[in-house]
Amino acid sequence: MVAPTTKKLFSVTLRVWRQAGPAQPGHFVDYPAANVNPDMSFLELLDVVNDGITKDGGEPIAFAHDCREGICGTCSCTINGKPHGPGQGIATCQLYMRSFADGDTIVVEPFRARAFPIQKDLVTDRSAFDQIQQAGGFISVRTGAAPDANSIPVPKEDADLAMDAAACIGCGACVAACKNASAMLFVAAKVSHLGLMPQGQPERDKRVFAMVQTMDAAGFGNCTNQYECSAVCPKTITHDFIARLNRDYLGALFRAKFKPVSNAAGGGGS
Amino acid sequence: MAKLDSKTPAGPLADKWQKHKQEIKLVNPANKRKYEVIVVGAGLAGSSAAATLAELGYRVKNFVFHDSPRRAHSIAAQGGINAAKNYQNDGDSVHRLFYDTLKGGDYRAREANVHRLAEVSVNIIDQCAAQGVPFAREYGGLLANRSFGGAQVSRTFYARGQTGQQLLLGAYSALSRMVGAGGVELHTNSEMLDLVVVDGHAKGIIVRDLITGAVSRHSADAVILATGGYGNVFNLSTYARQSNATAIWRAYKRGACLANPCYTQIHPTCIPVSGDYQSKLTLMSESLRNDGRIWVPKKKEDAKKDPASIAEADRDYFLERIYPSFGNLCPRDVASRAAKRMCDEGRGAGESGLGVYLDFSDAINRLGEAGVRERYGNLFDIYHEITAESAYKTPMRIYPAVHYTMGGLWVDYNLMSNIPGLFVLGEANFSDHGANRLGASALMQGLADGYFVIPYTIGDYLAQQKPGSRPPADRAEFKQAEENVTAMTKRFLANQGREPVSHFHKRLGKLMWEYCGMARTKQGLETALQKIPALREEFHANVKVPGSGDTLNQSLEQAGRVADFIELGELLCRDALTREESCGGHFREEYQHPDGECKRDDEKFGHVAAWEYQGEGQTPLRNTEPLNYEFTKMSVRSYK
Ligand SMILES: Cc1cc2nc3c(=O)[nH]c(=O)nc-3n(C[C@H](O)[C@H](O)[C@H](O)COP(=O)(O)OP(=O)(O)OC[C@H]3O[C@@H](n4cnc5c(N)ncnc54)[C@H](O)[C@@H]3O)c2cc1C
Ligand code: SF4
Ligand code: FES
Repeated sequence: MVAPTTKKLFSVTLRVWRQAGPAQPGHFVDYPAANVNPDMSFLELLDVVNDGITKDGGEPIAFAHDCREGICGTCSCTINGKPHGPGQGIATCQLYMRSFADGDTIVVEPFRARAFPIQKDLVTDRSAFDQIQQAGGFISVRTGAAPDANSIPVPKEDADLAMDAAACIGCGACVAACKNASAMLFVAAKVSHLGLMPQGQPERDKRVFAMVQTMDAAGFGNCTNQYECSAVCPKTITHDFIARLNRDYLGALFRAKFKPVSNAAGGGGS
Repeated sequence: MAKLDSKTPAGPLADKWQKHKQEIKLVNPANKRKYEVIVVGAGLAGSSAAATLAELGYRVKNFVFHDSPRRAHSIAAQGGINAAKNYQNDGDSVHRLFYDTLKGGDYRAREANVHRLAEVSVNIIDQCAAQGVPFAREYGGLLANRSFGGAQVSRTFYARGQTGQQLLLGAYSALSRMVGAGGVELHTNSEMLDLVVVDGHAKGIIVRDLITGAVSRHSADAVILATGGYGNVFNLSTYARQSNATAIWRAYKRGACLANPCYTQIHPTCIPVSGDYQSKLTLMSESLRNDGRIWVPKKKEDAKKDPASIAEADRDYFLERIYPSFGNLCPRDVASRAAKRMCDEGRGAGESGLGVYLDFSDAINRLGEAGVRERYGNLFDIYHEITAESAYKTPMRIYPAVHYTMGGLWVDYNLMSNIPGLFVLGEANFSDHGANRLGASALMQGLADGYFVIPYTIGDYLAQQKPGSRPPADRAEFKQAEENVTAMTKRFLANQGREPVSHFHKRLGKLMWEYCGMARTKQGLETALQKIPALREEFHANVKVPGSGDTLNQSLEQAGRVADFIELGELLCRDALTREESCGGHFREEYQHPDGECKRDDEKFGHVAAWEYQGEGQTPLRNTEPLNYEFTKMSVRSYK
């Protein structure tokens, strides 16, 4: 159905991290790939390589992916040392082979961080992000109890800025890029989004305590203001939000001195 | 033969839902915690349902195959969500939204369901705003709206081009809150592989842990499926790669009727296929057709040429030529089919010949490059990322792609399937869109089902179940279902085949697209019904599934899903063959008006077709539910 391409095809070698399970040792394996079309996405090349491995009797490379358009946050490869690879403001699935040249060796690893244990090959467990959300990443509103949506106006600038933060896809590249494996950019994005909305004010202090505490407990490192995180973020979420998180946290600490708040924002039962 | 009672309440259309809510049975608050409800899926429909049921006090177990609920396919929706708020004061109303949706569906949906959807649409926006969803705002701080196809009012709410993401994160935050509070037990990386039916009622599921391979049984008082659409039966689509039909298909094989599977939506403006390696098609928003002009070369010889070298006189602006009154903004299905015809004539653009040009040069002359950038900049960026071409300099190439499935498991007004205790929400059910879905109404339906319908209607069923009466998971039915799942896994792993799963998925996709895509014929569908069973046989004989069953094994996951797609594909073609009319997304070439519009046959096909499984190798039974229109007249859908 598809006509033969007139594009110049080329060859690369994929040097891929293979690890059978969480407790097994891992190592790199080279996979030569010929007839690479520059219009192929990087993940499509992995598909093709995997079909080849399968036909040759091997076990294909496990890698995480779903939407393949940069929005679900599932894909998560560190490519040539950079989470999500050489592009700017894109996720792994939005990387196209035209970014590489004939003869390149491309090193492919999972996102590496203590809080993201490897499950198999390039797949890691990022459920620590969900735990942070469960601790306080919400506004407690029971279904059906909401007032008319236009009864609380939100200044356009605030809504726009909240949206900048809310664009986070929860991929974890920020953690993988950080030498301390800190989750500050992710948490800052969430705290800022909700903290910028008037609806988010009542639980603002509780939320920032609970989320930061859970983040620390999950084994993420501290932020030392290197900003490698923003540099790899597929949604180019700015580190300004980290400053905002710090301000929120200090403000909450200060207020807590005078008016103790509970640390647990959860338990919102009914 | 399945009993299909829609349980539509009597009375005036606008009162039905209120009255029904007052009349259905309730579970008292103290008893709610004695009931366990399984929710499979955490897209808009599943997460809103799980969160709300837990808030009410039910004990909820939520299963998703994703590694986090936030990754459900709903995250990818772009354009917006409809609601009859009439904030623009432009004459919108619940009735108008009801009417537009019913007409958009080509009069193949249930009146009462669609009216309820329009009614609760207003509550959805309130709920989401209260959760902190950063909807687009006007300078005065109030909510902004945009217009969408099939409507003459501005009723679509949005959050940039990421409305689905923001609504899902809202529902996910509500779900996370209930997980934190202990009301929901969350099972990620957990794929439902069978439904357990005990004494005719849905009472549990069998689940495989995708990381460890462990298979487990879960019993409950009721089971809710909110597992999304089945568009990946075509292999290439705008769906996320992992979206699949396994949950609804296995429920079908346990007796749940599958309604109108042939109603599939094909979106005209997507980035075309570039090669055999292709894994996914990316949507380019319909809004582009406001300013872009669609054309192909007049002469076949020009098809492979650089578009810039083709003189104005040699271009065929075919939509403007064939549909002078609507031009480039004619309805989705009409535009899609016209583009296909041009390509079939050999005049398609690009290397593959499967593409038409969407040209902005007139708009750039009129508005300037900056003006076009302001309107469509992000879409031009996405296009550039994927194709490495600048649509400011050269026309976009687009082609239709599979985008949504209106069909799904049959449900009654309470969203319960014909298996008591099995409820189906969101894209997985068939209920509200008839034969065609209007833009921005899938998000509305998912959240309506989860936040505002199921919390009431499930009570009607549970109130009739004795608290604590759910069967233990060691009953024979559970054991049998588990063995069913384990046997399938073993069979795949032991198979001595040679081809990877993807090989068969691609071939199925090509068959489906060729014979059951934008234009269908009796002959083509009969051919497909020969070829698909053959493909199925070949698949089971020759598929190769490496690795083992007790670790993460993506080939094994895919094998099960593709096995189901092949069977579902066959049913889809059968449904398309037996529906001898054209309506909405189902276009039979034999049944068209002279102008190429769908020719419905209300007399013979003004009904829902609900297919009932009859066992391996048996022809399924076609049950029907008549669509009795009490308040609206089924008329010819016209947008001229
Ligand atoms: C590109 C694109 C853009 C769109 N834009 C719009 C738009 O602007 N407006 C609009 O109204 N609609 C839009 N739609 C349609 C809309 O996004 C979907 O119809 C809707 O989000 C479906 O939601 P859902 O909750 O039913 O299912 P999904 O979001 O698909 O969720 C399915 C869930 O079920 C789980 N699941 C599935 N099977 C199993 C199983 N066997 N075991 C365990 N878990 C399982 C998954 O893990 C997931 O959590 C768009 C669709 C696409 C493809
Ligand atoms: S902040 Fe950016 S890099 Fe970090 S999880 Fe969110 S989207 Fe990914
Ligand atoms: S696969 Fe969804 S963001 Fe990459």
